[in-house]
Amino acid sequence: MSSRLAIIAIGLLLSSAKVVNAQQAPELRWGGDAEGGAPFVEADPRDPARLIGFDVEIAELLARDLARAPRFVQVAFTSLDASAARGDFDIGLSGIEDGPARRTRLAVTVPYYEFREILTVREADRDRFRTLADLRRRRVATLGATLAYDMLVAAQAEHGIVPVTYEDDVHPYSDLALGRVDAVVLDYVLAERGVARNAGLANQEAELGVGRYVGVLAPDRTALRDRINGILQQAMRDGRLEAIFRRWNMWNEDQPRLYARVLASDATEMLPANASAATLNVWDATRRYFPSLLNAALITLMLSCAAMVLAVVVGVLIASGRVYGPRPLNAVLTGYVEVIRGTPLLLQLFVLYFGLASFVQLPAFLAALIGLGLNYAAYESEIHRAALEAVPQGQLDAARTLGFSDAQTLALVRGPQAFRLALAPMTNDFVALLKDSSLVSVITVVELTKQTSIFAANIGSWLVPGALCAALYLVLSLPLARLARRIEKGWRRE
Amino acid sequence: MTGPTTIDVRDVAIERGARQVLHGVSFSAARGELLALMGVSGTGKTSLLRALSGLDPIAAGEIRIGDVHLQPGRVPRLRELHRSVSMVFQFHHLFSHMSALQNVCLSPVHVLHESRAAAERRGRGLLEMLGVESRADAMPHELSGGEAQRVAIARALAVDPGVLLMDEPTASLDEARRRDLAATLLQLARQGRTVVVATHDTDFARACAHRAVMLEEGRIAREGGLSDVLRVF
Repeated sequence: MSSRLAIIAIGLLLSSAKVVNAQQAPELRWGGDAEGGAPFVEADPRDPARLIGFDVEIAELLARDLARAPRFVQVAFTSLDASAARGDFDIGLSGIEDGPARRTRLAVTVPYYEFREILTVREADRDRFRTLADLRRRRVATLGATLAYDMLVAAQAEHGIVPVTYEDDVHPYSDLALGRVDAVVLDYVLAERGVARNAGLANQEAELGVGRYVGVLAPDRTALRDRINGILQQAMRDGRLEAIFRRWNMWNEDQPRLYARVLASDATEMLPANASAATLNVWDATRRYFPSLLNAALITLMLSCAAMVLAVVVGVLIASGRVYGPRPLNAVLTGYVEVIRGTPLLLQLFVLYFGLASFVQLPAFLAALIGLGLNYAAYESEIHRAALEAVPQGQLDAARTLGFSDAQTLALVRGPQAFRLALAPMTNDFVALLKDSSLVSVITVVELTKQTSIFAANIGSWLVPGALCAALYLVLSLPLARLARRIEKGWRRE
Repeated sequence: MTGPTTIDVRDVAIERGARQVLHGVSFSAARGELLALMGVSGTGKTSLLRALSGLDPIAAGEIRIGDVHLQPGRVPRLRELHRSVSMVFQFHHLFSHMSALQNVCLSPVHVLHESRAAAERRGRGLLEMLGVESRADAMPHELSGGEAQRVAIARALAVDPGVLLMDEPTASLDEARRRDLAATLLQLARQGRTVVVATHDTDFARACAHRAVMLEEGRIAREGGLSDVLRVF
């Protein structure tokens, strides 16, 4: 007993020693999105436990000069601002673009890299699609919540292009090669990589806009920001930043010009040329974004309704097959239900849209509809199977003695009664589907949640966009739940 | 009063899992005859009715109903069977999502392919004959036990069957309703139908049955006129 106590005491001493040790070496917690990939931040392919990228090296440089140990904090790209404002990390570095919204809501460092937004098209279209004006009614891809996205929204009004947003910077280019979109607008760092990875693509020379990467900190961390600005400026002078960008093949003639401006003037006044919604206050921005939120809500509603119809039809077929079908069919259908229920919807959407793209190129909306519909069909089938089995045997016996075939019994007696039992769980399922439809943004469908996150990223706050988004979801789901309750009540009276 | 044989049961055995509930039962019933299948609960009356209506298979023996021949392991020609045999269940089993009239018309429309209007006309006529025409639009749960039973009889008669099977028809009826039911069943028999009633209600059997078969522990104990069969009661 006493030896056990001694072991516990030693353990406590060791763990408290660790804490003391950690306190002695303060950390520089830096936030980034490793999904963004090279050259920004990515897991080293040779050692996935290690991160590599120019932002990783800049974070290490800053930590070294601040006499701290760098510690990476994974944050989704579109949440970096909100996370910085919350103080989840000391500084965010992940190819974050400079912009007025960021400057008003966060402490922003001096810019450390300048990039040009350029247009990438298929080789065959090189002469046809030279600028955004040539892409009327064409689908043009970019990353959501970026300068390029703002440019595309402006081009939508001006030239009638159709902006398509992606969550990552790899699939815009692969989809361009496949013909799903007709052009991509992103910075040339990404464009160069996209062209190198996909045969048959070409970058247009003309620059569509200029942007700069900055670090972001919580608004009250100006003292740390100023120290970091000093370190960045020193690294610009002594060539350490140049060395980092050269290692990543990103050094070009734009950077010395940027550094000269940063070192010579008050760089915080340097704003991107095409700052748009970000300069508006929250209410003006809300007025500007509300129509697009309504539009996105309509897409959510249409997608959810169509997917639910598909889910119910397929679900009823699966349930009927399992209740009435022979054993092998039952086994196949059970397998389908288990596989679909046992794997994430997100994965299924990825496989359907990107995984099968070399065999069948489904349009994004159709892929979303099929993905959601077939996923929910598995859940629906269980509801309908249980409902079919809950219809009393006496009802089936009565139908049989009246001479009905199995099909007639199903259509006239068992089906209608089962449907009444299934209505409440079906309503639940529909409300769940309505909310799960937000996942389809990963395959480029801009629905309500995605549009909200773009809105939030652009104004730098989730408060108003989040409340509006929640209100719209409730407007969509509450009447349906009420209708279902009324139908149920009516049936109960029957 | 009675005509040619319409039901012929020969050496029928019925099993429920490992348990044998009927052992070599034989009897027959003729056109226009009202036969009471009697015995205490659990003697196999309902099992026999279910076999006669083609709901459950028999383990041995054979059953002939009109042109239909039911044998062990053979899939019966159900459509043909159900055109000539209808059953009224003890708990009626009216389709719970339909009105009384819809319950009655469903089979004529979908099995006999009558027009909806003709089926409704005939359905209302049957409900009227059974004294529940005023309840045509009521849902099953709005009907009393007696009303539900008469609607169930109307539904069974809607396909104009030659044979009507009834399982414990007096279970939910008071004395007055029992007398009405007895009169109705006798009227159906007079119309030329064979009516087989499974019951343990001796007064009811005495009031309407022409003949009785007494089952005891899955075997026929007595068979014949009511006074002979019921002498021990």
